[in-house]
Amino acid sequence: MSMLVSLVQTALELGLISSLTVLALFLSYSMLNVCDLSTDGCFTLGATVGAVVALSGHPYLSIIAAMTAGVISGFVTAILQTRLGVDSLLAGIVVNTGLYSVNIAVMGNASLLNLNRTDTVFSKAKEALAGTPLSGQYKLIIAAVAVIFTIAFLSLFLTTRLGLAIRATGDNPDMVRSSSVDPAFTTIVGLCVANAFTGLSGALLSQSQKSVNIDLGTGMVTIALASLLIGGVFAAKGSIAVRAMGAVAGAVVFRLVYTIALRFNMPAFMLKLVSSVIVVAAIAIPYMRSHYSNLYKRKQRV
Amino acid sequence: MLSISHINKTFDPGTASEKQALSDLSLEVADGDFINIIGANGAGKSTLFAAIAGDFMTDSGSIVLDGEDITFESDHKRARVIGRLFQDPMRGSAPGMTIEENLALAAGGGGWLSRISAKDKEIFRERLKRLNMGLEDRMQHEVGLLSGGQRQALALMMATFNPPKLLLLDEHTAALDPGTAEKVLSLTKEIVEGEGLTCLMITHNMHQALELGNRTLMMDNGRVIYDLSGEKRKGLSVEDLTALFKESTGRVFDNDRMLLS
Repeated sequence: MSMLVSLVQTALELGLISSLTVLALFLSYSMLNVCDLSTDGCFTLGATVGAVVALSGHPYLSIIAAMTAGVISGFVTAILQTRLGVDSLLAGIVVNTGLYSVNIAVMGNASLLNLNRTDTVFSKAKEALAGTPLSGQYKLIIAAVAVIFTIAFLSLFLTTRLGLAIRATGDNPDMVRSSSVDPAFTTIVGLCVANAFTGLSGALLSQSQKSVNIDLGTGMVTIALASLLIGGVFAAKGSIAVRAMGAVAGAVVFRLVYTIALRFNMPAFMLKLVSSVIVVAAIAIPYMRSHYSNLYKRKQRV
Repeated sequence: MLSISHINKTFDPGTASEKQALSDLSLEVADGDFINIIGANGAGKSTLFAAIAGDFMTDSGSIVLDGEDITFESDHKRARVIGRLFQDPMRGSAPGMTIEENLALAAGGGGWLSRISAKDKEIFRERLKRLNMGLEDRMQHEVGLLSGGQRQALALMMATFNPPKLLLLDEHTAALDPGTAEKVLSLTKEIVEGEGLTCLMITHNMHQALELGNRTLMMDNGRVIYDLSGEKRKGLSVEDLTALFKESTGRVFDNDRMLLS
């Protein structure tokens, strides 16, 4: 029983932390209609910057620094595609590749940093909660606070005039232009905000597991996309808050299924293949259903 | 109001598909003019609108709107003073957002971080009532759920929410069924006349081109070949128009969608 509880708890912690990246994609992929392939590198960037600042003795500042690094990364990706004529997918790939070098440089020419004895938001929370009934839940609490903050921010932000313009950019860029708003501007703002959350997600993951390595973010974009598409099953329609909560639920379910699979002796390295298969299935099944059922119906009428 | 002088536009210059779409075109539009534009396929009617709205930069010439030279202005900046509707009703609104949210974007105003207030909603509701389509009770519905006619009426309202200096209508009723088209057209008349808007309208309905507004332009080969107004326009029939076209170009009027009656 206690094993089951700890299993669910781990899945919840990891699910909530990675759901911040899912929320970033909720903004860039679902709202702006941009598939941001710099997500992997940006996730690691948040982790490395956060780790270095935490190592220098600033556990709280490390979170802000990680988010700021994410904003800068998102800004570069956005400028490439809106002002310099680089295709949107290529812009993400190029930034992702460049970030590999940046991340190693941030870690001081290393590919691994250890945070075992470093003060982080998690160690601070652990100290603060020591002796209370919640002392074992400090990771969960930090992750939940970050997720609640992000959902609240998104549901407020996306209903402002700027937020509406960002949502319309993915929906009908012509209409954005005719509302006297430059879609390039809304794309830039949207990607900056989204990548701030990706950076936050990376920083929290590395600080909760007390280490960063250069491969931390590898495959994150696919994992997050899989979670987002699973989330769409729970809440495809509704207000921003409802859909954002759906995305978070998707991330948690994804982790839960994965954690259970691990218990049944699935090797850990299968995570990425599983996430790839989920993304393909979530996109291909609805496509095939409509395409082949139309074809079948048509053939009945020869 | 609008002063276009000697604009030229050639697409794909230096290639086999090179096409001069606008050819030394000049046009003076007075404040309050309601101008109908007709012409054969490929005459350059939509290209003229695209040049005015800023979809592309013209190769030469200048465009001045209300004393302001907008020749080099970007499309979204021109949109502050130019409203535009397309034939495709889907182009004017964002389908995944609610009617209210679409209107809020069109209304503009307020800061970037402003939100839809109760007062805004009241104004939107009043405006929607004028359309007589019951949309005022569906403000929380997604626009994607509306019919083509409803979307075009909404787009018309959005384009004129803040009265533009110039309204460009590119066959905006052509994709609607006849009943809906008539309704959207009468709404158009109501709004244009009510607000005293300056309006250019491309139409394939020759009868309408002579009936509505105060001026009729006929375009061919990227230029204006006839500019009819006042007495000259008054007694004109559709047959006269096609005869004028043949006389000037030596060809038969061949717009495949043209309605001659």
